[in-house]
This record gives sequence, C-alpha cells and structure tokens, in this order.
Amino acid sequence: MFFLVIKRILLGLITLFIVSLITFVGVEVLPGDACTTYLERQAFGAALEACYERLGLNLPAYERYISWAIGVLQGDFGYSLSGEMKINEVLGPKVKNSMVLASASILIGIPVALLLGIITALWRDKLPDIIISTVTIFSMTIPEFISATLLILIVAIWLEWLPGIVIVPSEASISELLPNIILPVIAISMIMTAHMARMVRSSVIQVMASDYVQMAILKGVPYWKMVFKHVLPNALLPAINVVALTIAWLLGGVVVTEVVFNYPGLGRLVIESISNRDLPVVQALAIILASIYVSINLIADLMTLMLNPRLKSLQIKK
Amino acid sequence: MKNKKEKQKNTFQKILEVIKTMASKPSGLIGLTILIFHVILAITSPLYVPYDYKAIDPSLMLNPPSSEFWFGTDSLGRDVFTRTILGGRTALTVTFFGSLIALLWGGSLGIFCGLVGGKIDDVVMRIIDAFLSIPWILAMLLIVSLLGTTTLVLIPALGFFYGKGIVRVARAATHDVIAKDFIVSARARGHSNISIIWNEILPNVRDAIMVEGAMRWSWMLLGFSSLSFLGFGVSPPTPDWGLMISNARGLMSFAYWAVLAPIVGLSSLIIGINLTADAFAKALGIDRSTKAPV
Repeated sequence: MFFLVIKRILLGLITLFIVSLITFVGVEVLPGDACTTYLERQAFGAALEACYERLGLNLPAYERYISWAIGVLQGDFGYSLSGEMKINEVLGPKVKNSMVLASASILIGIPVALLLGIITALWRDKLPDIIISTVTIFSMTIPEFISATLLILIVAIWLEWLPGIVIVPSEASISELLPNIILPVIAISMIMTAHMARMVRSSVIQVMASDYVQMAILKGVPYWKMVFKHVLPNALLPAINVVALTIAWLLGGVVVTEVVFNYPGLGRLVIESISNRDLPVVQALAIILASIYVSINLIADLMTLMLNPRLKSLQIKK
Repeated sequence: MKNKKEKQKNTFQKILEVIKTMASKPSGLIGLTILIFHVILAITSPLYVPYDYKAIDPSLMLNPPSSEFWFGTDSLGRDVFTRTILGGRTALTVTFFGSLIALLWGGSLGIFCGLVGGKIDDVVMRIIDAFLSIPWILAMLLIVSLLGTTTLVLIPALGFFYGKGIVRVARAATHDVIAKDFIVSARARGHSNISIIWNEILPNVRDAIMVEGAMRWSWMLLGFSSLSFLGFGVSPPTPDWGLMISNARGLMSFAYWAVLAPIVGLSSLIIGINLTADAFAKALGIDRSTKAPV
C-alpha cells in the first residue's frame, strides 16, 4: 500500500517533468523568442544583444532550462514580458479567482450529479430517467461558449435577473466576487454535472445487475436498505476516478467560460498571454494547469486505494 | 479473386447491418438524420445560397428576420441565413479529416505499443500521459498562434491532439487480444508480425478504435469551434459558426437572431454526431458511458 502510494506520486512527478520539457522545447523550437517579441521592430544589433544579456537568453538552452526549473521548484516563474511584472504577482489573484469559480462549481455540481445519476439509474427507462437523460445529453454535448452565451441572453438580457458580464477587477475580494459568479458557475457545473450523472447512472445500473444485489433482493432485504447498503458504496467507488478525469478535462472549458463572462481568472490570462506571445507566462500556465490535472488524478487514485479494501490487502500480501 | 469479392460483399452487408441497428432506436435515428442533413447541406449549400456571404452593406445593418432576410442580417449587413447554411462547411471538413488522422496515428501507435510492450511501451505511455495533462486548449492555442490558422495547420494539429486518447484505447484493446490462443497459434505457424497485426489483431480491435474515433469527432468539433470562438480558428470573413457567435455576441441584447442562428447550427451538428457515435458504439456492442472525456 505504502509503496503503491509512493509509486503513484513518483509517476505524477515524472509526468510533470515531461510536461515542463515539452513546453520548454516547444517554446524553444518555435520561431522568435522573448526578446524579438518584446523589442518588435527594434530587434537587431545592440538592443537585441543587451536584451539577450538581461534576460539571460545568450546562455545555452539546457542551462536556461535548469535555472528555469530550479526557479519553478522554488515557486518563482520569472518575469512576464508585457509590463515586466513578476509572473507570481500576475498569477496570484487570477489563481484565487479561478479557484473560487472551480470550487463553487464542484461543490454544487457533485451532489447534484450524484442525485441525478442515482435517480436515473433507479428509475431506469421510466419517465424521470428519460427526461433527465435527455437534458443531460443536451447539456454535455453543447459547447461551453454556447450554453454560456445562451445563459447570458436568457437570464441577463431577456429576464434581466442577473448581470451578464463580470466587471470586478482581478484583485476583488471573495465577497465582491460571489454575486458575480452565479452565471459562470451555472454554465460550468451544467456540463460537469451532466458528464458525472451519466457515469454514476451506468455504474449504479451495473451494480444493480450483479449477483449479490440479486441475492439481497431474493433474501428480502428492504429496497431502500439494499440501495444504500449494497448498491451505492459499490457503485460510487469506480465513479471517483472518472469524476476526477472529468474535472481535469473541464479545465479547458473553464478557459472558454471565463472568456465569455469576462471573468478575471486563469482562463482569460491564457488567452491574453497567448495573444501577446508572452511565452514565460504561457510556460508557467502550462505547468500550473498540468499540476492541477496531475494532482486531481493522484487524489482520485489515492481515494480509490483507501476506500477499496480489496486493493489494500492485495498490496500487503505482495 | 472470387474470395476477395465475397469478402467485400460481406463487409458491405456488415456495414448495412450496423447502420440498420443504429437506426432501429429513436436516438440513433435522430442522430443519423441530423448528421446526414448537415453533410448534404455542407456539400450542396453553395449551389443555392440566396446572397454573397461576404457582401457588406451598411444600409442593411442588423435587420430583423423578414421574408427578404430569413434570419435577419448581422452588424455588417451580411445575410445571416446565407452565412449559417455555409457555416458548417469548414468545421465539417477540418474535423472529419482531423479525426481520420487521429484514428490513423493513434490506432497504429496504440497497436504497436500493445504489441511490443516492455520499456518502449512504458516510455511512450509516459509521454502520452504528459501530453494528456496539458489542457487541450492551451496546447492548441499555442500551436495555432505560432503556426497560423490555415486549415493545413489546423487539420494535423487537431488530429495530433485528439489522437493521443485513441492510443490508450488501441493499446488496451490490443492487450486484450494479445494473449489469446489464436495469436499464439499464428506465431507458431510462423506468420510475420505484420501479418499478425493485419489479419489477427486489427479485426479484433477495429471496433473499439472506430467507436473512439467517432466520439473524438464530436469533441474535435467542440474544440475547433471553441478555437474559432476565441478568435484562433478560421479567419474572417469565412462563414464559421464559432466565429459568427463570437462576432454577434456583443450586440446580442439588440440583435439576438445573429447569434441564435449559428448556435442552432452548431448545437444540432454536435448533438447529431454525438447521438450517431453513441448509437454506433451500441450497435458494435461497446459501452462508452463509463469513460471520462479525456
């Protein structure tokens, strides 16, 4: 068990290392560099040399990678090109804002998804299932920017219930943010909930068809007792991993949703930094987003390990 | 020769049978109908569009829907109906060829890894995992912003990024068949590796890979239109749904028609592909509902 946990963590770190290599090499191979972008038309002669000197770009690539990697490990991502601010200062408030958005969506989305998934599985092919399943298929297939745009059109413009666009600055406190995030949270959790509800549904249906549940029915265990004691614990375990993957996949969707609502988070920073060719920021964002992905998966793996008694004993025997 | 002809006939019959099974359920029938409608529209629409899609006319700005302009006009006075029925052409072409590329490289690398195993397999899968953990949007944006947004860049870029998930599926499917007796006996008969891949493994993993490819198609369309929406996809004045939504969004409170028409077009196509892919998976007996959208 212990070794398995260590192994998972090591694998995650190796993945992050490869991601850092890929982004570094990618940025390296592509035409142009920080100095030509920064100086634009003045990028020649002495000015270019001075800029290379200042940013340390005259060093060989592997030395730069090592010093960059050491900086990242110490939590220092270097300087951004636009405005020459420290990347940490640029990122700080945006990370916080995106975290607020993501946690609100997860807090609302997961319970709703569990509820919907269980309802649709227990009333399989009956009216509640047909209605909910149709709605989930719609909300999970339609792109984020469409559902977000429709939400703004209907709720903000036609009904005038809520503001359609977030106009708070990046440094706003959480209490200032909260009234603004209602629509973005609905847009994100709609898709997330739909995906998860479908997985929970099929997982519950699978367990309901298993021998031990049939046995429990034959033994005369009351229906709801059987559902809570025999079905749900066994059905929700495999769903954890899939839910984690879904959350990680939604990172991309969060970017789009933030742009639609003008929300001052990581997503808008991704678009801005790529439009401005601010490569140091892009590199930092790639590492941060990949770490989020890797850690969500790691947590899911560990949770499955802890919750599954069979896997535990298997490892002890080995 | 006769044998080959019979084989072809058999494949044809099999395809017909799969389509019949797909159409036998309402969701599959709806999906197929929408998809075929969109494909026909994309192929034939240039023949009968009422106006020029790039004709700008300031005097016709933001006209509401009327008998003259069925879906109204946009902020540059262009006919929304014309642009909407032309809007699926680029998206369908790019994502269709992108999915083919994804299927080809993802499938072959996956089968190769599953077959070889060992160190090479480990290293390749680690790299694939690393690529999977970079959010698709960041990777796509980076490629597109540096190499340009022509279709010739978009097709291979999308094909590459959506193929890495297929590698996993193809590898897992190969792992399932590799230990079976018929492979061992083919080895014992002295068949070459290529012959084993072509005659023994491929027929057994083909279904799983094709279902995965069909699913990727709808995600790729989602990714492609998101790129257009963000301004990193096809460039104006090409009629494209993502681009149209992004352009018309700012004036939505006044001219909702210019944003609703492309929304209906794009949503119906994505739903159509999705329902078709689901029905396709069910017709081949593959359960996809427990998989995450990676």
